[in-house]
Amino acid sequence: MFLIPCPWCGEREESEFSYGHEAHIVRPEDPEKLSDAEWANYLFMRTNPKGPHLERWVHTAGCRRWFNVARNTHTNEILAVYLMGEKPPKNLAKEPVKGAKS
Amino acid sequence: MTQTHRLTDGGRIDRDRPIDFFFNGRRYSGYEGDTLASALLANGVMLVGRSFKYHRPRGITSAGTEEQNALVQLERGARTISNMLATRVPLYEGLDAASVNCWPSHNFDFMAVNSLFHRILPAGFYYKTFMWPVSAWKYYEHIIRRAAGLGRSPMEPDADTYDKMNAHADLVVVGGGPAGLTAARSAAIHGARVILVDEQTELGGQLLNERFDINGHPATDWVADIEAELMAMPNVTILKHTTAFGYYDHGFIGFLQNRSNNVAFGEDGRSRQRMWRVRAKNVLLATGSLERPLIYSDNDRPGCMLAGAVRAYVNRYGVTPGNRHVIFTNNDDAYRSALDVKAAGGDVACIVDLRTKPKGELVTQAIEAGIDVIEGSVITAVIGGKRVRAVEIMKLNEDGMGVTGTVQTITCDIVGSSGGWNPVVHLHSHSGGKNVWRDEDGVFVPGDTLQSEQVCGAAAGSFSLQAALNEGDFAGIDFASKLGLPTKKPGAVPKTSSDVAEEPWKLLWYIPTTKPAGQRGKHFIDQQNDVTVTDVQLAAREGYRSVEHAKRYTTLGMATDQGKTGNIPGHAILSAALGQTIPETGTTTFRPPYSPVTMGAIAGRYVGDFFDPVRRTPMHDCHEKAGCLWEDVGQWRRPWYYPADGESMQDTVNRECLAVRNHVGMLDATTLGKIDIQGPDAAEFLNRIYTNAWLKLAPGKCRYGLMLGEDGMIMDDGVTSCLGENHYLMTTTSGGAPRVMAWLEEWLQTEWPDLKVYLTSVTEQFATLQLAGPNARALLSEFTKDIDLDNDAFPFMSWKSGTVADIPARIYRISFTGELSYEINVPASAGLSLWTDIMIAGEKFGIEPFGTETMHVLRAEKGFIIVGQETDGTTAPGDLGMDWIVSKKKPDFIGKRSMSRPDMLRDDRKQLVGLLTSDPSEVLPEGGQIVAETQPKPPMTMIGHVTSSYYSAALEHSIALALVKGGRARMGDTVYVPIDGKTVSCEVVEPIFYDKEGNRIND
Repeated sequence: MFLIPCPWCGEREESEFSYGHEAHIVRPEDPEKLSDAEWANYLFMRTNPKGPHLERWVHTAGCRRWFNVARNTHTNEILAVYLMGEKPPKNLAKEPVKGAKS
Repeated sequence: MTQTHRLTDGGRIDRDRPIDFFFNGRRYSGYEGDTLASALLANGVMLVGRSFKYHRPRGITSAGTEEQNALVQLERGARTISNMLATRVPLYEGLDAASVNCWPSHNFDFMAVNSLFHRILPAGFYYKTFMWPVSAWKYYEHIIRRAAGLGRSPMEPDADTYDKMNAHADLVVVGGGPAGLTAARSAAIHGARVILVDEQTELGGQLLNERFDINGHPATDWVADIEAELMAMPNVTILKHTTAFGYYDHGFIGFLQNRSNNVAFGEDGRSRQRMWRVRAKNVLLATGSLERPLIYSDNDRPGCMLAGAVRAYVNRYGVTPGNRHVIFTNNDDAYRSALDVKAAGGDVACIVDLRTKPKGELVTQAIEAGIDVIEGSVITAVIGGKRVRAVEIMKLNEDGMGVTGTVQTITCDIVGSSGGWNPVVHLHSHSGGKNVWRDEDGVFVPGDTLQSEQVCGAAAGSFSLQAALNEGDFAGIDFASKLGLPTKKPGAVPKTSSDVAEEPWKLLWYIPTTKPAGQRGKHFIDQQNDVTVTDVQLAAREGYRSVEHAKRYTTLGMATDQGKTGNIPGHAILSAALGQTIPETGTTTFRPPYSPVTMGAIAGRYVGDFFDPVRRTPMHDCHEKAGCLWEDVGQWRRPWYYPADGESMQDTVNRECLAVRNHVGMLDATTLGKIDIQGPDAAEFLNRIYTNAWLKLAPGKCRYGLMLGEDGMIMDDGVTSCLGENHYLMTTTSGGAPRVMAWLEEWLQTEWPDLKVYLTSVTEQFATLQLAGPNARALLSEFTKDIDLDNDAFPFMSWKSGTVADIPARIYRISFTGELSYEINVPASAGLSLWTDIMIAGEKFGIEPFGTETMHVLRAEKGFIIVGQETDGTTAPGDLGMDWIVSKKKPDFIGKRSMSRPDMLRDDRKQLVGLLTSDPSEVLPEGGQIVAETQPKPPMTMIGHVTSSYYSAALEHSIALALVKGGRARMGDTVYVPIDGKTVSCEVVEPIFYDKEGNRIND
């Protein structure tokens, strides 16, 4: 069970939050112009890295605000939290975590 | 019964406090401080059950959590608990336990015949034999389950209560042995908040089982001193008889605390067990080690146990497990067991050491004590069925692959074997840490950790007492300094008596006999699941190269003990069969729980009324008085139908339906979700969320909307009304309200933060009374002076505000029944009085309250869908013939692009149709499978299913809605629904049955 630092409320138990898939997947400006494959890519395809992963969470049982979390999926370490619309912090570990398969 | 095997003195039992208890119906006596296992052994009871698959007689093998055989059903009735370890159940007055898995009795077991058929019960036997033909599994299954079961589930509701505790700690120390105690102390004296947890009823860990001295005094005195010191510190919490069963992310640890030795503790309402949810900044694992057996032929005979268990019974419980003991070992440590038995006055027949010329100090001590040491030899056979009577011993070949020489037969009734000790790395593994193979003594030791965690003492592979004390002390200081606390240098290290020079273990995973494996007795690796050496070898031959696959195929390590003793020998033997090293084979991943956790403790107080909150509408009491039956819709409790005396459900629903169609009915619609939407961009937001156009909806008007997921599938529906400029009220389905609210918020916050829109859930602020039926207008007009109800002034799909019974109200003229219908919204506090008043005034109009069942029938007559009933997450608007509500002009809305994906354009998608049964009184079952052509027996090709089905009193005919492949092209066709021995034929019709022109709704 994670301990997630909500940017508005502080550290809270994971059970208060809901996960909302990978972050920074922007809804296409004009979906009608996309091919089926491009639309499917937006709709279904997500990365699944071992290591740092940018994802969205919402504090469902708290302030109900959405925010972004950078989490290492290998260690589950929360590397950063930042607000919607903000860019991910630059200092996240770029190299894959030890033992990670590329 | 006399305690034939009880020593006259010694042990940590209280001979002044005798305890009577029952095992398999017989009365025995033990002492305070005993476990059920030690008390049974004191009474000479070794045979405790039958094995899982072959039903071989089985005895107590250990003195702790690693026990494989001594599983008991504790107590009876509502307090019965299955698969309790006799070695972990503290004795209490009147304890009543029985063996599991033996029928009709542990002494005489019919299923033992399985043992004779070993050759037909190899690994994977059940999979191979009984899974074909698949259809016959249902016949075999109950026989196999009976043959291969462990304990029984209780047949009554659990009489006990359980609770939960949340706690935080700077440091959680798991294990109250020498390493854990010193660590807890050294962290605590520097000011850390420490929780020390141990699964045993006393602190001390392995020291409780040994005859060690620390600083010249018995080690248990040292334990008592430290415990007293810790108890005096306000920053220390000690939890005994509490198992840390799981170590999760971010320092989260679960404990299961037994609050009393006695199951009856809960009788006065106290919780019997407590689940601790602990968040630890740091964790120290001092979980010790568990002994592993040697895998010799017929090593499961009652009397075969772990060498360490032999001395645990002698030293801790004052019990000699047998009359004549043989110790079989690959290491020096097991010599302690022989020495301790001897010192207590017991009889040691010999020590069989598979090493040649052992010379350690303990070996010398044993020889000096007059114990016969047979070196370079192994046990090749165990004689005896229900109890060991003797062992056969032969010389081990130099390569360890065979035996030679003459057979020496030694009479004995206990064989204590030791193959070394395995660090308890389970919790380290739970936390994400890896384990590393250490070749010299063949153990997995903890490797890198992902969390703020350390492992020390035997759990880290440091098997000496001195090392445990040192490491614990250092770890405690380490953590204190990590916490930023000022630290001092470690104090003087206690001197111990145990640390004598020991020679290395000799690793020999399989003890050979004169014949190949499997041909002379059975070598059990996992006694709880009856997995033998030949099973593992067979798995390897059949191509199970992955340890995870071999585990599941053979069930090695999958029983309640999770392979605590058998895993390492099992993996070693698998590796040998695969011709690779143990690290190449790897080990399976340990997952929580470390030992079984009761379902009751997991549920805690969230049972009965506390299982889930119940939401009641303001009119709830009215419905109750009217004698309604309830339907749960999400967390809401809604009236289902209101039966009069002697009425069947169908009678009631018919009466309620006809009242609405012919007179007037009233429904409590409070539970529909209501979301207040405000802001300059509210219309634009609705336009993006719904499939139809929203920019031009004028104040005072209402519109039905359909909401899709981005995948184009229907998510929710409802009517949204324009309350004023930039102000809307959205209604959602009763069950969907929280989901829709979250969905809208998600889009606003994540994708469209530029839109100025504010959402407020107002579901509970309003009571909603729905009047439906031709008399609705006349009845409502008696309650309002300021709202013109005339059809022209107040047409269908509009709303007005004013007063109803002098209460401020909004009235929406919308309809889910197909009748003239008004939904009256008043402040929630006024709902009850208004409902009561309307019911009284409505009598002369023939009013009836109606419930959800009638609502469903009426809307089905009209072909109105219910999201979640006509839809299932793969249903698109086109499938329901609802293209009319999907805007062709809007450039975009949620789900639009998905609607043109090729799969959405297929002709054979399931489409909504109506069904009329050829027999008007035959009501199809919802979920009924539809076929175009019947066959004499299944399988038949399914083309759809019934989504809604009712008897319509207005039509005097059953009606059904269904999703059928290419359904719209099948109008007029006959389809069939095979049910329970008959086949119902139906005509496919348009999915609307009543008032197809829609005159009544607009009337």
